[in-house]
Amino acid sequence: MATNKQGLTQQLWDFFCSLRLSIFLLIGLALVSIIGTVIPQGPQSEYLATISETKIRLYSSLGFFDMYHSWWFILLLYLLTLNLICCSIKRLPRVWKVVAEPVLIMDEAFEKTLTMVKDVKIKGSATELKDRITAFLKAEFAEPVVTEQGEEFHLFAQKSPWCRLGVYVVHLSIIVIFIGALIGSLFGYKAYVNIPEGGGASQVRSSGGKTINLGYEVRCEKFSVSFYDTGAPKEFKSILSVYENGQPVAGYQQVPIIVNDPLTYKGITFYQSSYGQSDEGVWYYLTVRNRNGGEPVKLKARQGERVALPGGAFLSVMEATMDVRPFMRGFDGPGAQVEFTPAGGSPKPFVILSEKYESLNAQHGDNLIITFDGMDQKFYTGLQVAKDPGVWVVWLGCFLMVVGICMAFFMSHKRVWARVSDKGVTLGGSASKNPTGFELSFDELVEKLNKYK
Amino acid sequence: MSSSSLFNITMTAYMVSTCIFFGFLASRSKGVGLAGTYAALFGFVIQTVAIGMRWKESYDMGHGHAPLSNLFESVVFFTWTIVMIFLFIDFKYKYHAIGFFVMPFALFGMAWAQLSLDSGIEPLVPALQSNWLVYHVITCFLGYAAFAVACGISIMYLIREQMEQERHGAEAGGMLSLFPSIRVLDDLNYKAIMIGFPLLTLGIVTGAAWANYAWGTYWSWDPKETWSLIVWFVYAAFLHARITRGWIGRKAAILSVIGFAATIFCYLGVNLLLSGLHSYGR
Repeated sequence: MATNKQGLTQQLWDFFCSLRLSIFLLIGLALVSIIGTVIPQGPQSEYLATISETKIRLYSSLGFFDMYHSWWFILLLYLLTLNLICCSIKRLPRVWKVVAEPVLIMDEAFEKTLTMVKDVKIKGSATELKDRITAFLKAEFAEPVVTEQGEEFHLFAQKSPWCRLGVYVVHLSIIVIFIGALIGSLFGYKAYVNIPEGGGASQVRSSGGKTINLGYEVRCEKFSVSFYDTGAPKEFKSILSVYENGQPVAGYQQVPIIVNDPLTYKGITFYQSSYGQSDEGVWYYLTVRNRNGGEPVKLKARQGERVALPGGAFLSVMEATMDVRPFMRGFDGPGAQVEFTPAGGSPKPFVILSEKYESLNAQHGDNLIITFDGMDQKFYTGLQVAKDPGVWVVWLGCFLMVVGICMAFFMSHKRVWARVSDKGVTLGGSASKNPTGFELSFDELVEKLNKYK
Repeated sequence: MSSSSLFNITMTAYMVSTCIFFGFLASRSKGVGLAGTYAALFGFVIQTVAIGMRWKESYDMGHGHAPLSNLFESVVFFTWTIVMIFLFIDFKYKYHAIGFFVMPFALFGMAWAQLSLDSGIEPLVPALQSNWLVYHVITCFLGYAAFAVACGISIMYLIREQMEQERHGAEAGGMLSLFPSIRVLDDLNYKAIMIGFPLLTLGIVTGAAWANYAWGTYWSWDPKETWSLIVWFVYAAFLHARITRGWIGRKAAILSVIGFAATIFCYLGVNLLLSGLHSYGR
């Protein structure tokens, strides 16, 4: 029983240490990730309407609508993490030994394992040669470690041994990134808030639907949008101010934010995301005149407010815009959707425009002609709000990953041994990467040593 | 001269280069191979000037930005990086035959951009007004280009291996003698991916940094992000497969071709077929 149990643990350990598992998981993750790019993520009713009931049930039971957070996708990521931890634990000690306890002596047996070995005939006593070769290696390669053994001296010099750890730095970086992501999902949030010009917000709504207190107030002083001549948007800009307990916070007043230039206060960042027209607290301006003559009357109204007109009729402005072009082909200027209630009659909806289209305005309103003069247009700014205390951990992980990859790909652990005796010098060399390239520099080194004497 | 006419010269140079490389395979004359490389180099220099001029032209129009903002500009830049990586490998290893398998990618890119894409210089929409645009696009496309070269080399590998098998292992003559040996091709494939993988990683990291700076989310599983990760997974699998026995040679070459197919989908397929944040392809 005991051996069986041990056998099982061993098997499990071997399973998680295997490179086959790594390759399987990497290719598997690549394949299943495709699903979530083809099926729209999140509840999208437009898409749901195009597929059958059975498919919807199947997809949602498999978690395809939020695939990257489904239990099985997370499980694959955990397995990959476990796999790379096990692989590293298994292989790191061996590599560490090469780095920390290098082979200092090139004996006969070790010499046979090296592909690059050259004898150099130099005259001199062993001690004298040792000093010369030490100076030579220090100048041309790296400072050697000298070991005396019997009649011989053994020299060992190496360059960038730590680059062998590059792979493990990359593995560590992946774990660091996951930790950063975990911190972000536990202690951070993504939220959204709309603030009308002149208004403020001290609460935001998270993507999970929760209300979050900021602990201070953000006010939108002004929002503006500008366009290029082509009609494409050029800049969305909000001027924000931060207030704490009703008091303005110094240094955070009238801060302009645009897309790609957010505002951060107390760990919470506000990003310019969208905008819209705000109908709250807007004044609509109207002119009313009687068809039978008389002085025109100027009126102003709030949205939905019933305004008494001369002669006993009522008017409410339902919605309005400063530019009707997108809604009415061939017309421009301000326009309003209104509801007109004649004295004792039932409400009639119609559209009124500016003075320019007086003949159109004259088609409605019984004995009155109502003109829309405009409005004091106000915007609201749509801000993406994010708090992510884990983001710096993620950047640390990314930094480690890039450094680790460069160590692993572009650097090579180069080693040179020299055995010095009265008979002469034998040089041996090895490199962890690009052996052909190192062979050239090794030959060059030998050539230089030949000239050195 | 405007950048547009220089791009036409570039396209012609790449076409000439591709034809010369074809002639090289037929004639097996070393001088012809060298001529192909010089034609590619000529096109590359002209293209570099043209990209610089387009950059300047955008400033003259009053809304200057790096020419990396729409599909036309990205295809031109992709072509430029492919030729750059090819020339680097050609000058280093001197296997001109690779040109015939890589330059068609560049020719196809230039022809597509010049003949059917909108080449107008548009001002940058607010989302793209950031220095991250330059870092992100340059790293990504250099990575893509290295993968393109690796793919060309892998195709050579597969052809050579197939033909050697048909001849029952006899030393190849004819056109094949211009191909580097199977071992060298396998090694070059690996080397090209070793250039591409760190660049792709940097491209993903700069993209994440930019997304975090612009939207407050460094990763949102947007189709483009996900596909870049898929490409990263494929090449990570490739690199791990190298150190296990049995995954060199043919399997590695196939994986490299699959990796480049995923790269192309990540670059174009996502924009043209799926929806998401990188909508310049529409």
